[in-house]
Amino acid sequence: MDFLNGITLISNYILIPGLTYGSQLALGALGITIVYSVLRFSNFAHGEFMSFGAMSSILLCWLFLSLEINLNPLPTAIIVLPFAIIITIFYCILVDKIIFKFYRLQNSKSVINLIVSIGVMFFTGGLIRFIIGPGDKNFFDGERFILKAKTFKNYTGLREGLALKTTQGITIVLSIILVILLFWFLNKTKTGKSMRAYSDNKELALLSGINPEKVVLITWIITGTLACVAGTLYGLDKSYKPFTYLHLVLPIFSAAIVGGVGNPVGAIIGGFVIAFSELIVTFAYKKIFFYFLPNYLVPDGLLQILSTDYKIAISFIILVLVLLIRPTGIYKGKII
Amino acid sequence: MKNRSRIQILYFLMAIILFAVGIFQSWNVALTIFNLCLISSIMTLGINVQWGNAGIVNFGVMGFAALGGLANIIISMPPTSNAWETGGNSIVIGLMILVLSIIFSVFMFKRVNFNKRIKYLISFLIIFVGYFIMRLMVDSPIEQIEAIEPAKTGYLGGFNLPVIISWPVGGLLAAFAAFIIGKISLGLRSDYLAIATLGISEIIIYILKNEDWLSRGVKNVNGLPRPVPYEIELQSREWLLETANILKIPLPEVSSIIVKLSYSVLFLLVLLVILYLLQIAVKSPWGRMMRAIRDNEVSANAMGKDIKKRHLQVFIIGSAIVGIAGAMLTTLDGQFTPVSYQPLRYTFLIWIMVIVGGSGNNFGSIIGAFLIWFFWIQSEPLGLWLLSFITSHISDTNLIKSHLLENAAHIRLMFMGIILLVTLRFAPKGLIPEVKR
Repeated sequence: MDFLNGITLISNYILIPGLTYGSQLALGALGITIVYSVLRFSNFAHGEFMSFGAMSSILLCWLFLSLEINLNPLPTAIIVLPFAIIITIFYCILVDKIIFKFYRLQNSKSVINLIVSIGVMFFTGGLIRFIIGPGDKNFFDGERFILKAKTFKNYTGLREGLALKTTQGITIVLSIILVILLFWFLNKTKTGKSMRAYSDNKELALLSGINPEKVVLITWIITGTLACVAGTLYGLDKSYKPFTYLHLVLPIFSAAIVGGVGNPVGAIIGGFVIAFSELIVTFAYKKIFFYFLPNYLVPDGLLQILSTDYKIAISFIILVLVLLIRPTGIYKGKII
Repeated sequence: MKNRSRIQILYFLMAIILFAVGIFQSWNVALTIFNLCLISSIMTLGINVQWGNAGIVNFGVMGFAALGGLANIIISMPPTSNAWETGGNSIVIGLMILVLSIIFSVFMFKRVNFNKRIKYLISFLIIFVGYFIMRLMVDSPIEQIEAIEPAKTGYLGGFNLPVIISWPVGGLLAAFAAFIIGKISLGLRSDYLAIATLGISEIIIYILKNEDWLSRGVKNVNGLPRPVPYEIELQSREWLLETANILKIPLPEVSSIIVKLSYSVLFLLVLLVILYLLQIAVKSPWGRMMRAIRDNEVSANAMGKDIKKRHLQVFIIGSAIVGIAGAMLTTLDGQFTPVSYQPLRYTFLIWIMVIVGGSGNNFGSIIGAFLIWFFWIQSEPLGLWLLSFITSHISDTNLIKSHLLENAAHIRLMFMGIILLVTLRFAPKGLIPEVKR
């Protein structure tokens, strides 16, 4: 019984939150990785693109709710998501046409593109705060839990509860669907293959008659989709605040680099590595030991490796470690 | 020659703008802006020597500035009574053990010949064990120190020295951090370096936010001593009363203007010294070498220049300058608030200043800092004014109008983005381009 209690405890506090946060990071890191492998620059504006996607979802949610369209018990955000994706894609393409295209045609250095993306970040951040305000917006509606801790306890008779929030379930399911679609597109379709060819060897791809503008367009369509879904899911899960997305950029970059920049599989792995290490390092192990060890061996104290205050700092520490030990990331990414 | 006239025109314009603020708004506001402009321009000089002269992307401005701020606490605050006796020593020893274990593991990693995986494992184990010994040594003293009057102190305190000393010490702290960060990350490509420095600066802020025994964390350290007299003290002086009578300005205003002016003089002195030294450095063979490395690393390497060493050197110098500016900023604020360190305000805004002013030109960096800081402060009223102008024909009860006016403050982020993007598109070399030599 103690053993089962311990397992439940781990799943409730590490496994499920880790899977959720990991999926959100993985979707974000995928966006950054794809922009990097095709357009060859680190896109600092990606966090604000995610924020933009979340904002569009919120605005559409309000619209749909005022029209009394909802999807009870699921949150309304699910119906509006396709429309929000379209808006985000449109914004990304607009930004590319007005701003990034100029530097692409000039073959600017990647640092210049990076600084340009900071300008885009400022502008988009300002635009978002201007439209929706800097405050906290909660746009979750519908049933809060798929599985309540109390129901689980009553059902199994265990001392530890296991809860699964609706947002967590939606995040995991949607991420899996999106990732499968993305890999199918990249590996099976002709357009996806031409995109990979372009990111592999630009000159050769151009010689074989691949239209660069089309590749770039598709890149932004994919990026916009990923950004919008990731941003909306994050906002749905943790309530939407515009400024949090700036702080989210760094864990996402860590995830992309840890996995190996330019490699989609790496981005997903990186996202989960970051998410789980944040949880594992800051978890208080006292209760686990309480279940797994005989009583006289259980030590005092909370047995945390680092206090919870350092949760986000862990992603940076991992980033630094990876850059030190294996700058190419887990899966060898592109180093230009 | 063309550059010189540009410098003259732009500096003259900036002076007029500040005077206009003084005359039309108030001299207090103008001096506040001027002081922060001075500090920002020292920070931009630090970044410019790295980016403009050596091509190093340092996104860790925020962290170095915060370390400078920490120097204020360490130098100028009075030591908390009994704090050192209760546990100061064991904290120091604990930290030493951690540092020693890291040094030992790095040493072992470099010197011992083993399978690479085993080496990683052993290094990791050494650091892990060191960390746990540190935790054992440090945990209870930290708790005791934080329990000493937590509402007032609850931290180690400082050395009770004059606060001016904290400026060079802030520079030293930042230089020391830059040495470690540079050792770790300078080998990386430019955009990895940017992300790494940004990440490390966030780690520094997290430490300052959470290690209450060092910096009181989110409880802030208030009432830092000042290098200049307090307003109240000044108001009892005879000569000030007379000046106030002659100028016909209320006494409190005169005293606060004098305080701000004395800050300005101090900051201006520091700025001029740093500018002078940097100008000499840029013109010297050293500056030429840095530019050669920036423009073509391979050929500079072929000429026998040690690129890693030079990069580390310039990284330390630039970061130390940022640290000095950070210390000055905290002294000006009179308090240390770790929460206020945001990458948007410290890192990215400083970078916009450098790019807009002209990377590679020290005079450009200074004017960039002045203009952008002025805009950053004044764009809030400006945005409000702009929006009220645009919406002036809409009735006051309109929801859209009230929403627009409510969020007008955030237009300044958009302004900054647009300024940066326009500069990069139409004048990529900035307002005052680098001098061709």
